[in-house]
Amino acid sequence: MKLRFEAEKDFGSFRFEAATEVEGRTIGIFGQSGSGKSTLVHLVAGLLQPDRGEIFLDGDCLFSSSRGVNLSPRKRRVGLVFQHAALFPHLSVRSNLLYGYRRTKSEHRRIDPGLLIDALGLGGLMQRGVGTLSGGEKQRVALGRAVLANPRLLLMDEPLSALDDTLRFQIIPYLKRVSEEFAVPALFISHSVIEMQLLADRVLTIHGGTVTGECSPDALARSAMAENRRGYTNLLQLSGASPENGLFRYRWGENCLQISDGRNGGSALYELSSRDIILFRNHPEAISARNLLECRVAERFAADHRVGVVLESGGRRLVAEIVRDAAEELGVREGATVFAAIKASSFRRLL
Amino acid sequence: MQLTPEDIQAIRLSLQVGIVATACSLVPGFAVAWVLAFREFRGKALLEVLVSLPLTLPPVVIGFLLLLLLGRNGWAAPLLNTLGIQLIFTWKAAVIASATVGFPLLVRSIRLGMESIDPSLIQAAQTLGAPWHDRLLTVVLPLSMRGILAGSSLMFARSLGEFGATIIVAGNIPGLTQTIPLAIYDYAASPASTSMALSLCLVSVAISVVVLFLHENLASRLAGRRQR
Repeated sequence: MKLRFEAEKDFGSFRFEAATEVEGRTIGIFGQSGSGKSTLVHLVAGLLQPDRGEIFLDGDCLFSSSRGVNLSPRKRRVGLVFQHAALFPHLSVRSNLLYGYRRTKSEHRRIDPGLLIDALGLGGLMQRGVGTLSGGEKQRVALGRAVLANPRLLLMDEPLSALDDTLRFQIIPYLKRVSEEFAVPALFISHSVIEMQLLADRVLTIHGGTVTGECSPDALARSAMAENRRGYTNLLQLSGASPENGLFRYRWGENCLQISDGRNGGSALYELSSRDIILFRNHPEAISARNLLECRVAERFAADHRVGVVLESGGRRLVAEIVRDAAEELGVREGATVFAAIKASSFRRLL
Repeated sequence: MQLTPEDIQAIRLSLQVGIVATACSLVPGFAVAWVLAFREFRGKALLEVLVSLPLTLPPVVIGFLLLLLLGRNGWAAPLLNTLGIQLIFTWKAAVIASATVGFPLLVRSIRLGMESIDPSLIQAAQTLGAPWHDRLLTVVLPLSMRGILAGSSLMFARSLGEFGATIIVAGNIPGLTQTIPLAIYDYAASPASTSMALSLCLVSVAISVVVLFLHENLASRLAGRRQR
């Protein structure tokens, strides 16, 4: 998917003026509330009309003020998943899901409803009315409904922000699976760095109504490290736990991790704040933290007055965060060996 | 309680006028409500005033204006005469009077119902490929059902009570154009017929109660269907 975008829209008190060109499968649009993320989505979907500019999707002109082109939303074949699902309250789950599919020309019908319904785990809900669904189920139906219209681009306007943390991380695998298995390119809007890390290939940052840059999700997480209360969020996908003394033991590179909030069998996703890692230059003899990992410093980067230290062990990486003075005292440089201490309870299981 | 054959005819006529006036107004009422709720255009304020005008005008004024329009020598007389249509002093004139007076109530209720629809539902239908008439039928119409129902009940009830405009354009001809309020008016004019007037009043109350119950019942059934 390739999106070229150059548009101006004046709302009086707020002015949106953005020009960008992005290419990729899942593009994240990151910005705080009021930065213009939703405006961008509405402009691409055709629900708002720019005052001036051009919008091209895969070479097709959706809008151009100079050529006088303005495709109606229904002709753009751009799907939209709303923040609050926006399911039709008078229709069943099945009718909601098939609303767009039934209105899609047969030559554009590429996605099989049965397969998608299975992938989203909605099989058992088909005859239900949407009033009885939980927040997570609603959002899955909304996602299915948009995808079944076989859009060329799926716009997701903060689809997870109305859900609590547990539900949020339960939905993310569905989003990933749909985008990967059914090859639907997506523009994913969020103000959460973790969601960007988990879902996006590339990230566009937006601030005060303009696109301020493009970066990788990791670069976004690094730059947000200093401002974020939890620092840089390390995401660890771990599997094959073995219980040991009330903790769960996972293999991680050349080391082992001991985690309190573990899970037997299957894989689990953990978050670990860069601020919960303590670095030692030499092996401390005895320590209460259950994890003491011998790592190589792969990279260091600066964020404000702090230093991010990328630790590596057997091909796996973690980012620790220390203040600049500590970095000097420890002699942290690329290639150096350090010991990282992490409490077993510092890992938070997301899924 | 006793009812003469004329009374029964008046009751039948009242119901007939109410039902026909409401049924005929539904489609235009829905269309005008849709235009007022969803469209922006020049002269919208004028249309709003025009639609609401019968609500504030005395019904007698409306009746008189209708008489000027539809009467034997009225503004629309050439057209009506060519088509061979006689309206004044028939039950059809009573329908027109009721429809004119009740129309603003119908439009207001439907419009309120439409304006309470979450705009993102309509946007969702749009991005899912539904053209405007499709959205109108599959999203707007079902979601404004409560407004339509409320508006219809209100309009029907208003028709039952319609007096001022009806007496001018339809007259008060027993068995032909005499509705319940007109019959009561006749009875009330002579002191001997108080009990007859009272009987018709009771019938009036009974019909209103049934309409209100029916409305509540349908509305709660509609609400219940959403919860499934």
